Amino acid sequence: MSEVNLPPIDYAALAPILIPFGVACAGVLVEAFVPRRARYLAQLGLALAGLLAALVAVVLVADRRVLTIGGAVAVDGPALFLQGTIVVLALIALLLIGERSLDNGGSFVAQAAITVGSERDRVQEEREPGATEVYPLTMFAVSGMLLFVAAGDLLTMFIALEVLSLPLYLLCALARRRRLLSQEAALKYFMLGAYASGFFLFGVALIYGFTVGVGNGRKGDQPGGVDFATIHAAVGDSSASPVLLFAGIALLSIGLLFKAAAAPFHVWTPDVYQGAPTSITAFMAACTKVAAFGGLLRVLYVAFAGAAWDFTPVLGTVGVLTMLVGAILAVTQTDVKRLLAYSSVANAGYLLVGVLAGSKDGLSSTMFYLVAYGFSVIAAFALVTLVRDPDGEATHLSRWAGLGRRSPLFASVFTFVLLAFAGIPLTSGFMSKFAVFGAALAAGQVWLVIVGVVSSMILAFPYLRVVVMMWLSEPSDATPTVTVPGALTSAAVMIGVLATLVLGVVPAWLLDLSRGAAEFVR
Amino acid sequence: MSDFPFLSVLTVAPLVGAVVVAFLPRRRPELAKRIALGWSLAVLALSVAMWIAFKVGGDRMQFRESYPWIPDWGIRVTFAVDGIALVMLMLIAVLVPLVILASWHDADDGSGAPGEAARAGTVAVNKRSVPVYFALILALECTMIGVFAAADVFLFYVFFEVMLVPMYFLIGSYGGHQRQYAAVKFFLYSLVGGLFMLAAVIGLWAVGGRTFDWSALIGADIATDTARWLFLGFFVAFAIKAPFFPFHTWLPDAGGAAPAGAAALLVGVLDKVGTFGILRYCLPLFPEASRWFAPWALALAAIGIIYAALLAVGQNDLKRLVSYTSIAHFGFIGIGIFAFTTQAGTGAVLYMLNHGLATGLLFLVVGMLVARRRSALVSDFGGVGRLVPLLGGVLLFAGLASLALPGTAPFVSEFLVLIGTFTVNKPVAVIATIGIIFAAAYVLWMVQRTAQGTLNPALSEVDDMRRDLTARERVVVAPLIALLIVLGFYPKPVTDVINPAVQATMQDVGTSDPAPTAGNLEAAK
Repeated sequence: MSEVNLPPIDYAALAPILIPFGVACAGVLVEAFVPRRARYLAQLGLALAGLLAALVAVVLVADRRVLTIGGAVAVDGPALFLQGTIVVLALIALLLIGERSLDNGGSFVAQAAITVGSERDRVQEEREPGATEVYPLTMFAVSGMLLFVAAGDLLTMFIALEVLSLPLYLLCALARRRRLLSQEAALKYFMLGAYASGFFLFGVALIYGFTVGVGNGRKGDQPGGVDFATIHAAVGDSSASPVLLFAGIALLSIGLLFKAAAAPFHVWTPDVYQGAPTSITAFMAACTKVAAFGGLLRVLYVAFAGAAWDFTPVLGTVGVLTMLVGAILAVTQTDVKRLLAYSSVANAGYLLVGVLAGSKDGLSSTMFYLVAYGFSVIAAFALVTLVRDPDGEATHLSRWAGLGRRSPLFASVFTFVLLAFAGIPLTSGFMSKFAVFGAALAAGQVWLVIVGVVSSMILAFPYLRVVVMMWLSEPSDATPTVTVPGALTSAAVMIGVLATLVLGVVPAWLLDLSRGAAEFVR
Repeated sequence: MSDFPFLSVLTVAPLVGAVVVAFLPRRRPELAKRIALGWSLAVLALSVAMWIAFKVGGDRMQFRESYPWIPDWGIRVTFAVDGIALVMLMLIAVLVPLVILASWHDADDGSGAPGEAARAGTVAVNKRSVPVYFALILALECTMIGVFAAADVFLFYVFFEVMLVPMYFLIGSYGGHQRQYAAVKFFLYSLVGGLFMLAAVIGLWAVGGRTFDWSALIGADIATDTARWLFLGFFVAFAIKAPFFPFHTWLPDAGGAAPAGAAALLVGVLDKVGTFGILRYCLPLFPEASRWFAPWALALAAIGIIYAALLAVGQNDLKRLVSYTSIAHFGFIGIGIFAFTTQAGTGAVLYMLNHGLATGLLFLVVGMLVARRRSALVSDFGGVGRLVPLLGGVLLFAGLASLALPGTAPFVSEFLVLIGTFTVNKPVAVIATIGIIFAAAYVLWMVQRTAQGTLNPALSEVDDMRRDLTARERVVVAPLIALLIVLGFYPKPVTDVINPAVQATMQDVGTSDPAPTAGNLEAAK
């Protein structure tokens, strides 16, 4: 047997990924050895410290551009920018996950295995503190996302996909209130997610077949492979049938677009967003979206850049469909979480517009959009957790009537976030839409921009309806109260709203940052 | 003096005032009103100083200030005004203090809002915040000034859109009957128009050399077809805002539901953004497209004059009636703009000013009537002049001014528009002239049914109806009446400011005319 050559590993460049991984593993140990009473603080502190350390690591290696572990991980501008984004957004989401003052014992169930609706279940719903496993699970998901956006080949990407998905499926099922809905959501997410992973894996196999006989030109590289450099070379001069390539791109895209919640792969979104604990919904809406689009950008811009002419029309159709489906179905929603879910679908469409610009502008504007949207959407879901009645969150829109009269501050802040979603200037929502539409128009994608604008008009209506509900309707006896938020939720709301305002008024610094980072390594 | 950053200070000052007023305690409504009034008077004083510092016959764009904002996209915060914008800024600065004064009691527990009384049970619980009302008006003033002062297309768009938000809440939270419906309709119409413009703004940026600077874009070489599409994007937004037929249906609802002060600002100033936008952006940026679309625009404007006038005759709601008269007037302004003669253009800009004064006055007076009667229906009035002679007289004057009686300011502008149009397009001028007859019909009939004739017996039972103009209300109407009369006899100070700007705009479009200017016209008189 020949000697196994270990590839060199740049640990410093990997630190932003490795730290959360380590913290997640440590979290499992904490779960085993720390007494139950102390676990909440230990886990929350550990997770927060881990994310902060990861953020510091991202900042420290910000200038590094390197392919490491034999090309399996690419640490480059977009990867680091998106990793920073994920870490910051995850930090804010973690504040929401750790909130325990709104619901007795937090928004997570103590023991998910207890039969829903049984006597014991009622007892634990009222009293027992929530499970602390959610923190290591969250950290595993975060580390998966961090690896996902930095993957240098399709297999690493697939593994990262699974690492980020599996904890999310579990987290969805752990709601304290309305657990049947929560479990249904988790099951639905899991089943469809498993299909999507299957598609992705099958796509990887086809692409591998397509790269036969083509090497990436690095020293000691065998012909064939699923690293992005090889695929890029193969798109240029493979002798294999292009059917393999096109089918491969299609299947890979299905896997990625599923996570990004693009139509027609979006059907899970409203159910899962509604059923999952709201803090987890916020986490998914912000971080998973960043990760999914980070993966999509890398696959399309690095591996398949040469085939842009072939996939752009198809993905453009997907983008148009996504924007329209998201906007039109949002109009008919009566539940605020479902409304935000469809708005998230439509936003995936706007992001696709930026992705399909296919230029450096497209890349930087998409990354800017991800940051801006992430902050706003976390703030929105954080605010949703505050509107409560004795049974938990009151998410039906009819219940929100007259909230502006009861709690003007809450309603003002939520109105501001909705105006940001609607793309009113001086909010980040406007700047980010402007960025992606501008990039797409400069790249000649006139129709995408027109559909984008039309769908924005449609989408303004549901947002406005919520504003009308809150401000212009009379409150009734059924109007729930707005709970005074705990410190953690207040912090999350404040950061999200401030970021939405700052990015809307002075976005130049982040645009500079995203532009400076908009260069992949191959 | 001309180095003073007038425009940025003018834009920011009301916003600061709005923040201050908004954070005053709800229990101190009087304090909020006084501070808001004082603040708006300070803005007025500053505007007057700017008017004096403006060099007539100097550069086209004056008081230019420019600061970097988003360098990546070539966006700068650039302010500059030409004569047209200057006149509009003065109109804002004059109207806002008067509106604040006129709305003194509008936000007090729903007394100013008809229909609210019907739901008296809920009023006690939901006292609307008085400071917020005045803060919204000041915030609105900030965006209105910004929209006229901007010389960067992006900045203009930002103000254009943000302007909706305070107006939306003014109508939605403080309006009368059907305020929700009206507020949402207003917001959606304007937003849809705004998004058309957004698409055009981005397109302009992409084809115009990646800059938003107005002066740089003027000479941009844009392909004919592209320019026409971009023109259409801007034009639709402005036509909705103005509003021109057939985009007008939101205005009667919004004007009818808004509190009188907000309605005066809505019709008096906000809608001028549409016609101003056409003059400032559509014409100079897309000259070929402007000429190509001109016949269509003229046709829409002419239809609007007749159609809105006919609808106005049939209205039974005073505020809706005034709103419809405005749509007819915007038809005149549209004709003046698209006739492409300096005379008609000057007339159109003058019309924008005079209409703001006359219709503003009309709305405020109607608001005073409505506040007394708690009803906006014409049929609920009758013979008001017998009870409150002064109020009835002011209503008659406002009506006459709005139908452009010679001797009042609107006559000058309407006359200029018509003769300026007649020299180049006789049919349109004739149709528009027919509109004047309708104008007499709807105004005079409204005044007759409301203020003249026999006294409606139900009126004398309403205590408030016995109260004639209070001192506060006299202070509100007096400056407007004075301005309308003075500008009716001596419009030269204003036309001198407007004329060069309009001439420059017409040169941009590529139509020069040897027709006599407004100055000559004055001499001929």
